[in-house]
Amino acid sequence: MEHRLPEPDRPWMMRTYAGHSTAKKSNELYRSNLGKGQTGLSIAFDLPTQTGYDPDHELARGEVGKVGVPVAHKGDMHALLDGIPLDEMNTSMTINATAAWMLALYIVVAEENGLDPAALQGTTQNDIIKEFLARGTYAFPPGPSMRLIADMVAYTVEGVPRWNPINICSYHLQEAGATPVQEIAYAMANAIAVLDAVRERVPQELMGRVFGRISFFVNAGVRFVEEHAKLRAMAVLWEELGRERYDVRDDKHLLFRYGVQVNSLGLTESQPENNVQRIVLEALAVTLGRNARARAIQLPAWNEALGLPRPWDQQWSLRIQQVLAYETDLLEYPDLFEGSKVMDGLVAELLEGARAEMAIVEEHGGAVGAVDYMKGSLVDSHRARIRRIEAGEQVIVGVNRYTETEPSPLVEGADGGILTVDPAGEAQQREAVERWRASRDQEAVDRALAALREVAAGDGNIMEATIAAARAGATTGEWSGALREAFGEFRAPTGVGEAAAGPADSEALEALREEVDRVSEALGRRLKILVGKPGLDGHSNGAEQIAVRARDIGMDVVYEGIRLTPSQIAASALQEGVHVVGLSILSGSHRELIPTVVQTLRDRGVDAPVVVGGIIPEADVEPLRAAGVAAVYTPKDFDLTRIMRDIVALVAARNGVGASA
Amino acid sequence: MSGGAQLGARLRDGDLTAAPAVLNLVETGGPAAREEAAALLREVSPGALGGEARAHVVGVTGPPGAGKSTLLGELVRTWRAGGRSVAVLAVDPSSKRSGGALLGDRARIPFDPDDGRVFIRSTAAAGRLGGLAPATRAAAHALAAAFDVVVVETVGVGQSETEVAEVADTVAVIVQPGSGDVLQFLKAGIMEIPDVLVVTKADLGDVALRARRDLNAALRSLGENDVAVVAVSSIAPASGIDELVAALDAHRERLDVTARRLAARRASALADFAAEHGERGLRALGGRRAALRALDDADPGADVPALVDALQSRAEAR
Repeated sequence: MEHRLPEPDRPWMMRTYAGHSTAKKSNELYRSNLGKGQTGLSIAFDLPTQTGYDPDHELARGEVGKVGVPVAHKGDMHALLDGIPLDEMNTSMTINATAAWMLALYIVVAEENGLDPAALQGTTQNDIIKEFLARGTYAFPPGPSMRLIADMVAYTVEGVPRWNPINICSYHLQEAGATPVQEIAYAMANAIAVLDAVRERVPQELMGRVFGRISFFVNAGVRFVEEHAKLRAMAVLWEELGRERYDVRDDKHLLFRYGVQVNSLGLTESQPENNVQRIVLEALAVTLGRNARARAIQLPAWNEALGLPRPWDQQWSLRIQQVLAYETDLLEYPDLFEGSKVMDGLVAELLEGARAEMAIVEEHGGAVGAVDYMKGSLVDSHRARIRRIEAGEQVIVGVNRYTETEPSPLVEGADGGILTVDPAGEAQQREAVERWRASRDQEAVDRALAALREVAAGDGNIMEATIAAARAGATTGEWSGALREAFGEFRAPTGVGEAAAGPADSEALEALREEVDRVSEALGRRLKILVGKPGLDGHSNGAEQIAVRARDIGMDVVYEGIRLTPSQIAASALQEGVHVVGLSILSGSHRELIPTVVQTLRDRGVDAPVVVGGIIPEADVEPLRAAGVAAVYTPKDFDLTRIMRDIVALVAARNGVGASA
Repeated sequence: MSGGAQLGARLRDGDLTAAPAVLNLVETGGPAAREEAAALLREVSPGALGGEARAHVVGVTGPPGAGKSTLLGELVRTWRAGGRSVAVLAVDPSSKRSGGALLGDRARIPFDPDDGRVFIRSTAAAGRLGGLAPATRAAAHALAAAFDVVVVETVGVGQSETEVAEVADTVAVIVQPGSGDVLQFLKAGIMEIPDVLVVTKADLGDVALRARRDLNAALRSLGENDVAVVAVSSIAPASGIDELVAALDAHRERLDVTARRLAARRASALADFAAEHGERGLRALGGRRAALRALDDADPGADVPALVDALQSRAEAR
C-alpha cells in the first residue's frame, strides 16, 4: 500500500447543531453559519416540536424556542429555510417522533419553491428506540412508532431517493452511560429492528438500496483510541449484517456511513475551557483512521454544561473542524491503522463483547422487546461511571483532580458566557400559531386530518396523507394529535425499576443508610422522596441516578419518569405523602417551570422541601431560592452521596429531627 | 376528638381529601400513631357506619410484567368515566438490602391531577413476613368508607392472591399469554382460585385466545364454573375493559359482602396479632383455629384493632 493518497480526500461535511427562539432568528443564524464555511445544516428543534405539541399547549410552557427552533406548520418551515437553496443543501434534522411530519413540511416547502423532492438531500434522525432508552422525545407507543419509520423508509427510497430516512443513533446511548460494547450492540440491534420492520413493507429487490440509505449517528468520548476502534468494529458488524441477514450484495450499499456529534457527557462545568481540548481529541477519534472516518461532523461548544451556546461559541467549534481538515495533513494519507496490532486487538475485543450483548438482546425478542432490559443496563453502567468518578478511579481534570483554578475570563462577561433566550418569544409564538390557524382554509385542514386518521387506523403508508396535511396547513400539534388518537399515548420504562440493587461495599453509603434508618424511625415512617421531571425535557439520566441512589440508601422513592406537568407532580407528592421533592431539569426552562411547581405544591398544601438539579446557570440560583427552592445542584456537584446526605439532613431539619449523636 | 377520629369522621362524610393524611397515619409506627389509627378505624367500623362500608374492594395481583399497572390505568379510566371514585393502593416489592424501594407503578396509571376523585398511593412491602402490610389492610378498610372502588394491587403468584383475599371482596389475577406457571399452579392447587382471571395482551391474537381457552379448561376440570376469564388489551384501542368491569361487578353482586368482610376482618386481626406477638402469642390463644373460633363470637360490627384487642385480652386471661 502506498503511504500517500494520490489526491487528498475531500473533507467531511461540517455542521453545527443549531436553532433557537423563532424560525426567522434561526434562519439568520443558519445563513451566517453557512457564510463562515459550514457545509451542511443541522436543525435543532425545540421540545414541543419534537414531541408533537403546538406552542400554545400546556406542556409547551417554558419550552418554546429553548433547546431549538419551534416549527408548528409549513409557514414556519418556509421562514426557517428562506433563501437557502434546498436542492444544493444537505440538511440533517434531529427529529424523531414527529420525523414523518417534519420531512413532509420540508418536502412541501421544496415543492412550493418549485423544486423536485427527488433532489432533496439530508437526514431525519428518526430513531425512536433510543428515545425510549435515553432521550425521551417519543410520542407514540413502540409498535406504531416503528411503523412510522418503516413507512418513511418505504416512501423515501423511491420518492426522495437521496434522503437518509433514519440515523441509527448510538450517540444518546453513550450520553446515557453506555460502554463502547453496549453502544455498538444496542445500535446494531436497533438497526435490525428497523430493517426487519421495513422488510415487511418494501419488495426484497429494494432492500439493498434501503440498507444503503441507513446511516448512523455516533458519539465519541475522550478515550479516543478505543473510540476509534469502536467505529471500526461497527463497520465490520454492519457489513456482516447486510450480507448475512438481508442478503445485500452491492459493496456500496454495505458501507458503514456515519455522522457524529462528539461527547457532551464528559464536558465539565468547572474549568470549562478544558472542554476545548476534550472536543479536539474526540474529533480525532472519528477522523484519524480513513477506513472508519465520519461523513459529517458537528462539535459541541465548550460551554454546553453551562447553558446554551452563543454564535461565537459555535463558531469556535466550527473552526476546530476547519483547522483539522484544512491545516493539518490528516486527509493526505490512507488508513493510519491498517496492520496495527493494538487497533486490531481492540476491534476484536469490542466485536466479541458486542456479539455477546447482541445475543442477549435477541433473546429478549430484539430491540423493541428488550427496551426494558437495555434501559436497565444503561442505568447500571451510568451508575458505575458515577461511582468511578466519585471514588477518583476515573480522572476528570478540574472536577475530581487538579481542581485549583484561576478565575476563567470566559465566563466573566455580563451574559455569564452563555446565550439566554428572550422569554417574551414564547408568547409571540403562541399568538402566531393562533393567527395561523385563523388564517387558513379550515375545511381543507379538517379533510386532510380526517384522511390522516383513516390511514393511521388502517395499514396504509402514512406519508401521502401526512404530506397532504402539511400542504393544507395543519399544525404539528394537530398531526400528532390525530396519530395519538389512533395509536394511544405511551410512557416509556424508567429503567430504575430494572436497575440492580447497589453495591453494599462503600462505607459512606453504609453510614448514610444508617442515617436514613435513624431519620425514618424518628419520622415514624420511611423517608420518602418524589423525583420528578417537569416539562418536556427527556434527559432523564440525572433523575434516574438520583432515584436509584436514594433507593440504595434506603429511601422509598416515587419516580414517575419524564414529562410531568406541575399539577401532576403536586398531586403525586400530596397523595404519596413524600417528605421531600427532587426536581431535575436540563432544558433551560427552570426559570419558568420550577417556581410554578413550588407554587402548585404549596397551593395543594404540600410543604415538603424542594431541591432542584440540572443545567442551571449561576445567575439563576438565587431567583430559584427566592421562589422557595431549598437547594440547587448543578453538573459540578458530581458527588451523589454528598447530595443525598444534604437531602437527608434537610428532611431531618424540616421535621425537627435532631442531628445524630 | 382526636386527629385519627377526625380523619375517620371525614371519611364517613365522604371527604376524599382525607385520603393522604389517612395513609400517612396508618403507615406511621409507634404507640401514639397506633392509637390514633385505631381511633380512625373505630369511626369507620361497620358498627359506626351502620353496615359494611360502601366500596367495592378489588384485589389485583399477578406475576411481574403481566401488565397489571397498565391495565389498572385503563380500569381507573373506565371507573371514573362511569362516575365512580377510585382509590388505588399499589404495593411494590422493595429492595431488601437497603430497605428502600422504587415505587414506579403510579407512572403507568395515567390520571387527571385535577380530578379529586382518584387517589393513588404506592407502598413498599418492606419487611413483612407474608400477608399484606398491616398499614395496607388498615388503609383498605378505612378508604372503603369513602371511595366507590378501592383497589389493592400486589405482585406475585401463588401467595399474593391469598394475601389480597385478606381485604378484597373480589380477587382478580392477571396473567399474560404464555405464562404456564399460573395454569400449573391452579391445577396443582398451589394457588387459590381467584374470582376473576384476566388474560392481558389480547392484541397478541391467537396466543391470547389459546391462553384463555387453556385457563377455562383448567377451571372446568377443577369444577370451577363461576370464575370469569376475561381477555383484555391495554394497547390502543384498548379492548375487554368494559367486560372486565362487568365481571368484577357481577362477582360483587353474587357475593355475600357481610360474610366476606367479616371473615376478612377476622383474618386481618389474626394476622396483626401474629405480627405483633408471633407464634408464641398464637400458642397462648391455643393455636390459630382456636383463635379464629374465639373471633367468631366477637361483635360482627367491630373493627380490626378492636378484634386484636379482644385477642390480646383473651391471651392474657389464659
